[in-house]
Amino acid sequence: MTEAVLQVNGLCRSFGSVRAVDEVSFTLPAGGSLGIVGESGSGKTTTARIVVGLEQADAGEVSVRGRARTGRARGRAERLARAREVQMVFQDPYLSLDPRTSVEAVLRETLRLHFPGTDHAARIRELLDQVGLGTRAAEALPRQLSGGQRQRVAIARALAVEPDVLVLDEAVAALDVSVQAQVLNLLADIRERTGVGYLFITHDLGVVRCVTDEVIVMRHGRIVESGPTSQVLDAPQHAYTRLLLESVPRPGWDPERIAAARRAL
Amino acid sequence: MNPGEQMNPEDSVNPEARVNPEDPGARVNALDIRGLRLHLPGAARPVLDGVDLTVAPGETVALVGESGSGKTLTSRTALGLLPTGATAEGSVLVDGEDVLTMGPERLRALRTGRAAMIFQDPRAAINPLRRVGDFLTEGVRRTGVMGAADADRRAAELLDAVGLGPELLRRHPGRLSGGMLQRVMIAAALMGDPVLLLADEPTTALDVTSQAEVVALLDRLRERFGTGLLFVTHDLGLAAAISDRVHVMYAGRIVEHGPAEALFERPRHPYTAALLAATPRLDAGRGRLAAIDGQPPDLRQELPGCAFAARCRYATEPCRTEAPAPGPVACHHPLEGSRADD
Amino acid sequence: MSVALTRRPGLGRLKAARAPLHLACLGIVALVVLAALLAPWVAPADPNAVDLGNALAGPSPDHLLGVDAAGRDTLSRLLLGARTSLLGPLGVVVFSTVAGVLVGLVAGWRGGWLDSVLSRSTELVFAFPGMLLAILIVSVYGEGLLAPVLALAIAYLPYVSRLTRSLVLAERERPYVSAYRVQGHSAGQICLRHVLPNIAPIVLAQSTINFGYALMDLAGLSFLGLGVPALTPDWGRMVFDGQTAIQHGYPLSAILPCVLIVLTVVAFNVVGERWADRVARRTP
Repeated sequence: MTEAVLQVNGLCRSFGSVRAVDEVSFTLPAGGSLGIVGESGSGKTTTARIVVGLEQADAGEVSVRGRARTGRARGRAERLARAREVQMVFQDPYLSLDPRTSVEAVLRETLRLHFPGTDHAARIRELLDQVGLGTRAAEALPRQLSGGQRQRVAIARALAVEPDVLVLDEAVAALDVSVQAQVLNLLADIRERTGVGYLFITHDLGVVRCVTDEVIVMRHGRIVESGPTSQVLDAPQHAYTRLLLESVPRPGWDPERIAAARRAL
Repeated sequence: MNPGEQMNPEDSVNPEARVNPEDPGARVNALDIRGLRLHLPGAARPVLDGVDLTVAPGETVALVGESGSGKTLTSRTALGLLPTGATAEGSVLVDGEDVLTMGPERLRALRTGRAAMIFQDPRAAINPLRRVGDFLTEGVRRTGVMGAADADRRAAELLDAVGLGPELLRRHPGRLSGGMLQRVMIAAALMGDPVLLLADEPTTALDVTSQAEVVALLDRLRERFGTGLLFVTHDLGLAAAISDRVHVMYAGRIVEHGPAEALFERPRHPYTAALLAATPRLDAGRGRLAAIDGQPPDLRQELPGCAFAARCRYATEPCRTEAPAPGPVACHHPLEGSRADD
Repeated sequence: MSVALTRRPGLGRLKAARAPLHLACLGIVALVVLAALLAPWVAPADPNAVDLGNALAGPSPDHLLGVDAAGRDTLSRLLLGARTSLLGPLGVVVFSTVAGVLVGLVAGWRGGWLDSVLSRSTELVFAFPGMLLAILIVSVYGEGLLAPVLALAIAYLPYVSRLTRSLVLAERERPYVSAYRVQGHSAGQICLRHVLPNIAPIVLAQSTINFGYALMDLAGLSFLGLGVPALTPDWGRMVFDGQTAIQHGYPLSAILPCVLIVLTVVAFNVVGERWADRVARRTP
């Protein structure tokens, strides 16, 4: 086993009386890919937001390469250091880019912040090339791009910081099937090339099967099952995991039985 | 679902089976779209290009496509909801009557009566300030189809049918979960006792387990009320799981249609096959997906040949210059045998 | 867009449904601004040159729009009056926009107690009639353009700050702002470079509408004899000076500035509303 790049220990977060995240712990090995699966309200998105620092935990600890990143960042240096630890790709590529900023300007802004005094033009070309966008796209504003292209820009922007961990929050959920496959393949290539670790937040078990090594199943803020992806999907131990698996539509699917199983759980 | 009970798809395409007011015994299709062509101002080609589609009473038909394929436009046309400036050719018969030639008064009656729609995002389609009861009874009361007392009784009845209690009538939509709201939307759609129910991605905004619940409900109600259901979705797996027949759309054209299971197991159009291969599946292994290169054609682009030719790995010269004839598989060289992309 | 601009009853209904009205209003705005800019060069006479022998004369080749009770050329006074009449509202709008955006931005972005303090204090100003505040300040500081402009600017600040605050609240929740935070950008940078440019069109539309209101209020103050000094050519002041002439049957010197005030206010309102509509329709 390689060393852990991301370590999460006993994370808790409540909103009012609702325990959105309850004692969540997991480890992401360097260059690994970990999926968090669950339905809305399972706490998977809150967990992701705590990991990137958009949300604060009530209790528990998040550390990257052994460096704790709990509590608010103090000062510019710490803010930048934390940004280089974890980056995020959001669900909706239509909303996660500033509508007034061109692709090139987005990347330049990030590079200027993190790597002042280097040749940005070359790095921008390299990043665009890495996510499969031509230099022609560099001039474009987000609204001139398709959903898939925008998500590539969002990935390029995250990679520009050269993070250790990339959190992908339903990053392919809003894309069409054919485009989704392109982006998933791209993500697989990037991981192979750069060794970045993925924390993949998704509700789609097919996507989990395709891109993760290990998976966590969350429900009502708690982890109900975890393990290697193939093991969890092929031999689910928890009733809820089984329900999730059965809920995936396929020919011969019996929605009536699933609905009954859901009520029983 | 019992495919055996269904009428043969060939029958429903038969023009003889259509409107026949003289003979009530003949089956009138809930929805019968023929040669529908929709032009938008400023587009180089029609957004809908010769769409043929039928839904028999009590039948579930799925319309599958990616965004921009025209699947939502097609379903909205059945309610006479055309985009501004659009001109339509062909015919769209709902319960035997052409929607395209109806006046505004008839259209309103159609929308509160014989045809109803369920939208993707229930929260966006319901007024958060009105009670659920008002929302349910509003349409039928305004058109005078039912009196207030009848409408209330029917609303309570339908809420019960969708598995919700009558106390919900007094509640506001803000307090309900997405799954509950979608069931309210379904109840609202059934208020006018429609012959045709159009469901536009009704489960996309829901969790996977609530999806099953909503689908099960739609199926039960379709059987009970004999409603024809047109299920619009981007999910080929879901379409195959719930419907009798599936139509696959690409760039405004129907590229393949046929019985759900056969289409899912043995797709014959290269686009259907590629779409299936690109879907991350539970029963597949880890690793790369067979992505479809490129993007769907732009509306500014004319398409003299097959719409999929530019992305198709089997495309030959005639594919680029000659549009394939419409049919179960609109392709110059349909795939033979089992899944070609495996 | 769920954000509503603040409008006064009556004027808010004045919207240009058809293009010709909008074009005409745009033309009026351009003409008035041009007149204000070029006044000293195009005015046919010295606006303060008194020619008592000619007092209350009607239109003539020498005085195209006649002469007022003090024997001053009405056309020249109207042209030069455009300067004060537009400069005042401009000051009001610039000050209230800059300060209002600042207050709204800080309140919306930081939230918490700071938001409560800022929002309550702007509401306090809201509750106090702007004209009354202006009269109060003018009576303390005496005549001059600065006092009423400042007073009205303070009175208009809540319009802008409330709008900005609600826009910032909505904008802050957008994923692109989260994305910049994750990237390590500071709050100030995100506000300045991304949030502000995205909300600017709507705020500026509100300011354009405010311009019309400010013009009306300042003219009202001048009419009351508050604000601009007696000799300065100003439309509101001209109405005040000309009211006795109306009683004597010479209405031109009072009615013309009246018409100009109304036209300009309506024109700015229509242009602002049209702009706001267009901005609102443009989906992000």
